[in-house]
Amino acid sequence: MRRHVIEMVHAAGSGHPGGSLSSADIVTALFFEVMEHSPELESSQDRDHFILSKGHAAPVYYAALAESGYFPVEELITLRQLHSRLQGHPSRVKTPGVEMSTGSLGQGLSVANGLALALRSQGLGRTVYCLCGDGEMAEGQVWEAAMFASHYHLDNVIAIVDRNGLQIDGRTEDVMALEPLGDKWRAFGWNVLFMDGNDMWQVLETLEEARRHKGSPTVIIARTVKGKGVSFMENNVGFHGKAPNDKEYEQAMRELGGSA
Amino acid sequence: MSWAMESQRKNYGKALVELGRTRKDVVVLDADLSGSTRTAEFGKTFPDRFFNCGIAEQNMMGTAAGLAVGGMTVFASTFAVFATGRAYDQVRQSIAYPDLDVKIVASHAGITVGGDGASHQTMEDIALMNAIPNMTVIVPADGPETYRAVLAVAEARGPAYIRMGRSDVPIITSKDDVFSIGKASTLREGNDVALVGVGQMVAPCLLAAEGLKAKGINARVINLSTIKPLDVETLEKAARDCGCVVTAEEHNIVSGVGTMVAAALAERYPTPMERVAMQDVFGQSGESDELMREYGLSEKEVIAAAIKVTERRK
Repeated sequence: MRRHVIEMVHAAGSGHPGGSLSSADIVTALFFEVMEHSPELESSQDRDHFILSKGHAAPVYYAALAESGYFPVEELITLRQLHSRLQGHPSRVKTPGVEMSTGSLGQGLSVANGLALALRSQGLGRTVYCLCGDGEMAEGQVWEAAMFASHYHLDNVIAIVDRNGLQIDGRTEDVMALEPLGDKWRAFGWNVLFMDGNDMWQVLETLEEARRHKGSPTVIIARTVKGKGVSFMENNVGFHGKAPNDKEYEQAMRELGGSA
Repeated sequence: MSWAMESQRKNYGKALVELGRTRKDVVVLDADLSGSTRTAEFGKTFPDRFFNCGIAEQNMMGTAAGLAVGGMTVFASTFAVFATGRAYDQVRQSIAYPDLDVKIVASHAGITVGGDGASHQTMEDIALMNAIPNMTVIVPADGPETYRAVLAVAEARGPAYIRMGRSDVPIITSKDDVFSIGKASTLREGNDVALVGVGQMVAPCLLAAEGLKAKGINARVINLSTIKPLDVETLEKAARDCGCVVTAEEHNIVSGVGTMVAAALAERYPTPMERVAMQDVFGQSGESDELMREYGLSEKEVIAAAIKVTERRK
């Protein structure tokens, strides 16, 4: 998954590697272990659902969709090219498997809530997973949605905050302090769980615990490392929205156990 | 002319209940204004399919989008100023771009809101919604047309915006009329000038046509209830037959319906025009009819514009 991300962003010459790498383990767990989904089930509501609120992590989302069979893996390197189905940010109308267009931050959780209401009203016991960035917690709409989900007892919504601690202009705590983040969600009526979002066993266990919780929505605050897996990208805010050059690309691919 | 008066909102409420009965997939959202927008009746009748979002319009639009992703046809209502201004980005990003089946039906549009003043009097909502790809924009002229428009957008897939006023308006269309999205209706024939009215300005256009008749000018009156897609055929025919056009709208003159009609005619059949509209100023508190007179939105201004434009007639 991480190799796909590096290949795509390098081929495109632009994009956001950092937030894709930090959330790669979470996305992998969801698409290949936790969620029931498949291209054949795409037109059915009777499956699990995924909304990528942090739309700039499109590369890792596309990697998961391609590896799940929604479109050919070879198509991944067309990211951000003219006429490609793989837009810089996810588009529901262009890409097979993408449920919702996102990119303007802070909007995904509202959509997840609406989808969860629709599933509940159709009597479907399915879950909507919503992956959010930590920087986007500064958007007021996130907290409108947080209030809504708890008011309507949407226990079929599981939000995951990719808490990598960095945003474009620097550390989240310097740009717009979020802590104590768990207390904020708790005050809004959510079941709050924490995990190391780069530890696969913890990710799987915590997602399972979230799924079992009933009566209120659950948020998982996932501590992650931005740029995880590529030494010179780790905790480096410079790689939030920058593609690696050829030399960096080769080194990144070597570190991720592949060949450039 | 004397017309019975009726509220557009009341008709919206009625249409929603009707839709709720016939279609199980219709869901309604409101943002703490369900009494004013008249979605409350649907909420009472179908409590499982009505969700009050509180005073949080941005979240309401996103929730509406999510319900539509889940296969529902969603009606989302609040005042027009909040639906199109406060939640513009959510409408653009989460509803229009993904082309979802969400109908934004907004009330209290324009200056006829009255006493609430300029903070609540949107005169740029049509411009905002019109500029978004995939969006259908409808401004019904009266209560019965509102009812028919709501049923029509429910049948058509995709995002739509319907604009309603607060006050009671004259019933000028007939219950037997058929509402067809994208089709303007000609309410009165005439070949000296075409009066193109929008929403609450259609009735003043009909009154103006009577006034003009006394001066020997036979005015055609068109009810342009769909703004997008614009019925350019009907507009071009009116321009060719009449040789001059007046538009009348309760909206800002900047990027208003007059602008769109002028642009369409400039490409097809350039025609002398006058535009009756808000003159790029904010409104103020007052009674609806006082405000319409204060800002030059009555039959008087339509007559003056018609006389002026006929002097430049092609």
